Amino acid sequence: MPDATKRAFGAQQRQSGASMKNLEGAVVIVGAGHAGGTVATLLRQQGWRGPVVVLGDEAAAPYQRPPLSKAWLKGEVGLDGLLLRKADFYDQQRIEVRTGVCVAAIDRAAAAVVLSDGERVPYEVLILATGTRARPLPVPGAALPGVLSLRSMADADRLKAALATARRMAVVGGGYIGLEVASVARALGVDVTVVEREARLLARVASPEIAAHYQALHEAHGVRFAFSAAVEAIEQEAGRVVGVTLADGTCIDADLVLVGIGAVANTDLAEAAGLACRDGVVVDEACRTSDPAIYAIGDVTRRPLALYGRDGRLESVQNALEQARLAAADLCGKPAPVREVPWFWSDQYDAKLQIAGLPFDGISRVVRGNPAQGSFAVFHLTAEGMVQTVEAVNAPAEFMIGRQWIGQRHVLSASRIADCALPVKEIAA
Amino acid sequence: MPTVTYISFSGDRHSVDADIGKSVMETAVSNGIPGIDADCGGACACATCHVIVEQEWFERLTPPDDAERSMLEFAVDPQPCSRLSCQLVVTEALDGLVVHTPSTQR
Ligand SMILES: Cc1cc2nc3c(=O)[nH]c(=O)nc-3n(C[C@H](O)[C@H](O)[C@H](O)COP(=O)(O)OP(=O)(O)OC[C@H]3O[C@@H](n4cnc5c(N)ncnc54)[C@H](O)[C@@H]3O)c2cc1C
Ligand code: FES
Repeated sequence: MPDATKRAFGAQQRQSGASMKNLEGAVVIVGAGHAGGTVATLLRQQGWRGPVVVLGDEAAAPYQRPPLSKAWLKGEVGLDGLLLRKADFYDQQRIEVRTGVCVAAIDRAAAAVVLSDGERVPYEVLILATGTRARPLPVPGAALPGVLSLRSMADADRLKAALATARRMAVVGGGYIGLEVASVARALGVDVTVVEREARLLARVASPEIAAHYQALHEAHGVRFAFSAAVEAIEQEAGRVVGVTLADGTCIDADLVLVGIGAVANTDLAEAAGLACRDGVVVDEACRTSDPAIYAIGDVTRRPLALYGRDGRLESVQNALEQARLAAADLCGKPAPVREVPWFWSDQYDAKLQIAGLPFDGISRVVRGNPAQGSFAVFHLTAEGMVQTVEAVNAPAEFMIGRQWIGQRHVLSASRIADCALPVKEIAA
Repeated sequence: MPTVTYISFSGDRHSVDADIGKSVMETAVSNGIPGIDADCGGACACATCHVIVEQEWFERLTPPDDAERSMLEFAVDPQPCSRLSCQLVVTEALDGLVVHTPSTQR
């Protein structure tokens, strides 16, 4: 989710399609995740003829992570439902997916990556799609076996097994992943307490209205909360987690702890290679880094956010896919795809949250609909009345039209938005 | 195995064998059919799996729920026979299904 600073990106903007490469060259992609798997497929679709090699350190071929805290954790989809493509698809497309290999360094002078076993893989074009890792909780006891985080399929396997026998779970961090896991845990009959450092949920990523709604929703399902609370230690008996101690001395009983306090960009390779990085690998509109032979896409990038006149690092599927499309088009000399409005979704209980745009500060908010009835949307407006963000709970029409308004920089009246007698379609009329 | 045919805006036809129980979207994606991006992976949250179903088939499908209907109403260029392919589950009865992908999805 957004983690943006108000820094204009103007100086780095170049024209897309201008840096078309030799289509016979070797493209090496580091990271076989959502962005890496997608860009490989798109390169072939758009006419790249040379070798395409995807190097990933996980055991699986590229897969989607969102279901790991949703449908997969609930047991509604199997592993094959997570894979982006069938196993034989990559062979048919002459895409070489090498799983279980870790890239240890980039040798820019020789235009090759070095694997952890010393093997060198030469590239003409390198695409970094290394994503993020779960931010570790720096307290005593965090390394105990019952303390888990959720980023990969391997993490998800451990969490699912632990939830099957857990009685009481403490979730550290009231962000999307923690809350989604909490909702699944409640459905499995596990007791849940969420510990949040801030005074409310989703503090950096959603409005107070959305946070209050989700707090009430979780409370109605029996989840307890500790706000403005710092974890001091994770307590153990005979090597097993028994609870979480907070800074004020409170101890929360728990036999399972899920840490969901955000993610750290995997910029290590890029930094060691001397590429420009600032909480993310810095890229331009076409996903080019400070080295013309190296692109970066997905969660790992700090990218221009043209609609908002600043740059930021986004952690979303939409961002991973958009940047895969931008990089593939630029490499294959195709016109840049239309600019997308960032968007995100989250499923908890029977509530579907869809967010279009990025919730930045200093903007007035208008609520349409009644949160008590479980279906409403929060519109964020600029001083000029332009829609910047729409947060929609079980309100897909508001999400869909809001996404268009944001892209078109529509100016709207707050009173018309709030007027539920007016059909969604007529608000802008 | 039922067969599903996808026809792109420019007229390319792809017919593939579909697993029963998978969605029409999943069938397209795992076979690499262009024009069905399915950004949200089937969560009924993105509308990038929009298809236009041939009339004779449209009437045989389970009707859309409210969420799908709203998503479709505000999708780009909706048609009377528009559906979200992630919400269409392949059954034996859908053998021969034909869907078109819209001009905006290529
Ligand atoms: C539980 C969970 C739920 C989520 N839910 C949603 C949601 O509902 N909606 C949404 O929009 N987004 C969601 N996200 C975020 C979304 O999954 C990410 O934004 C997306 O995966 C980013 O894609 P990526 O390719 O940049 O990174 P990733 O998918 O993380 O892929 C990066 C890959 O690179 C590998 N790698 C890193 N370094 C190396 C190296 N040196 N050598 C080899 N391989 C390496 C990593 O192991 C990983 O496999 C969720 C994420 C998680 C974890
Ligand atoms: S795949 Fe996103 S709505 Fe169907």
